[in-house]
Amino acid sequence: MRLEVDITGKTFRSAAGGTHEVLAPVKFALQSGEVGVLIGPSGCGKSTMLRIILGLDHDFAGHIARPPEARIGMVFQEPRLLPWRSVEQNVRLAAPDVTEAKLSELFRILELEAHRSHYPGELSLGLARRVALARAFAVEPDILVLDEPLASLDDALAGRLRDEIATLVASRPVLTLLVTHSLDDAVRLGDRLFFLSPRPARIVAEVPIGIPRDTRGEAEIAAIKAGLAQRTQGDRTERDVS
Amino acid sequence: MLRLLSFSLFLAIWWIAALLVGGAKLPSPPAVLQVMIAEASSGALFLHLGATLARVALAFTLAMSLGSAIGYLMGRVKLADRLGDPWLILLLNLPALVVIVLAYIWAGLTEAAAITAIAINKLPTAIVTLREGTRALDRSLDEMASVFAMPRWRAFRHVVLPQLAPYIAASARSGLSLVWKIVLVAELLGRPNGVGFEIGVAFQLFDTPRLLAYSLTFAAVVLVIETLLVQPFEARANRWRPRAA
Repeated sequence: MRLEVDITGKTFRSAAGGTHEVLAPVKFALQSGEVGVLIGPSGCGKSTMLRIILGLDHDFAGHIARPPEARIGMVFQEPRLLPWRSVEQNVRLAAPDVTEAKLSELFRILELEAHRSHYPGELSLGLARRVALARAFAVEPDILVLDEPLASLDDALAGRLRDEIATLVASRPVLTLLVTHSLDDAVRLGDRLFFLSPRPARIVAEVPIGIPRDTRGEAEIAAIKAGLAQRTQGDRTERDVS
Repeated sequence: MLRLLSFSLFLAIWWIAALLVGGAKLPSPPAVLQVMIAEASSGALFLHLGATLARVALAFTLAMSLGSAIGYLMGRVKLADRLGDPWLILLLNLPALVVIVLAYIWAGLTEAAAITAIAINKLPTAIVTLREGTRALDRSLDEMASVFAMPRWRAFRHVVLPQLAPYIAASARSGLSLVWKIVLVAELLGRPNGVGFEIGVAFQLFDTPRLLAYSLTFAAVVLVIETLLVQPFEARANRWRPRAA
């Protein structure tokens, strides 16, 4: 499975009649088993890019190649659960073929067993996020898209969920696209990092991480981050000058 | 309990008023009850009530299903909204009496004419309510359904319909009361049976106890339908909402 993104541009017509460029040319490709990370400042057009890749927005110039039969699992920025369906129904509606064993395992990993029959309105944001993760994994996706899945969670919980994402991603061959503005998440989860510029977004740097995810210790992570910090520092001074 | 208390208060006021103005204009509750029992034992009450209920059921179902479908379409498709809007405004402002009289002139004093005329009166309000409901649909949930490749019907049933349920309930409730009122006019003008016909007869004879006996029985039936059908539907549609403590 291979995802090829070749967006040559995306403009947005404002109510006042002017046109705004949201995306500059963006081109990258990902393979099954890879975790690609899109990192960029807020408002740079990451969400627009995701919508285009997911086929929700067809009004753009360029081309997206993904196998039409590819199953997509998605964790949106907000959990986007159906408030009128229970936690279990929410997962089953997206993944009708999921087996009871698989479902139980997911609920156990994400510690949702006690909440199966609860409605999303009764859950905290952290729990709702986990349900959204369970839903995305239950479909056994070929392409997994995570849009800031850990934003606005406390560090301890974010850390645990990040480990769970890593475990789940490792458990099957899946092409993962993670959008985040946390360098820490990016370095811990990603195989290839794409740094995006402010609007209109373009890729300013593509950084592969050579060390496999499961052998990345705290020391390695700190070293990668230090390397990246130097780079981005350079970028920032450049921008300040211009 | 509170409802019962409020109902007894209504009876008490009625009774006192009846004593004040006299039985000819406003008969007392027992007098009306007597007529009710007489009409019920002769079977006439059930015949007329049944005829009216059947008309209400048919016209209501027709207007609700057609109105919901058109309203949903107009909420989703801009072109349909543009094309349908002038018709909608026309229908909304057409007096019920005009529709009924025209229907009887064009289609004769038939059952079909009566039911169509009643349905046409209810149709535009159902369309307007459902159009609003459709416009208020959460697009982010549509996107979720589309990303997870939910089949159309499943997405409609589990994503769209629960969002429309409060609008359908509101439309059903206001629609039911509208249809109740109009069905009597249609019966008065051109049907040989039904509560409206009986009220017409009572009016010609200035028979107030009979008039009240029929209209109150009818109101009681409406109350029962509201409590047994509409309210449970609303409660079911809203059971996922966190209840206020």
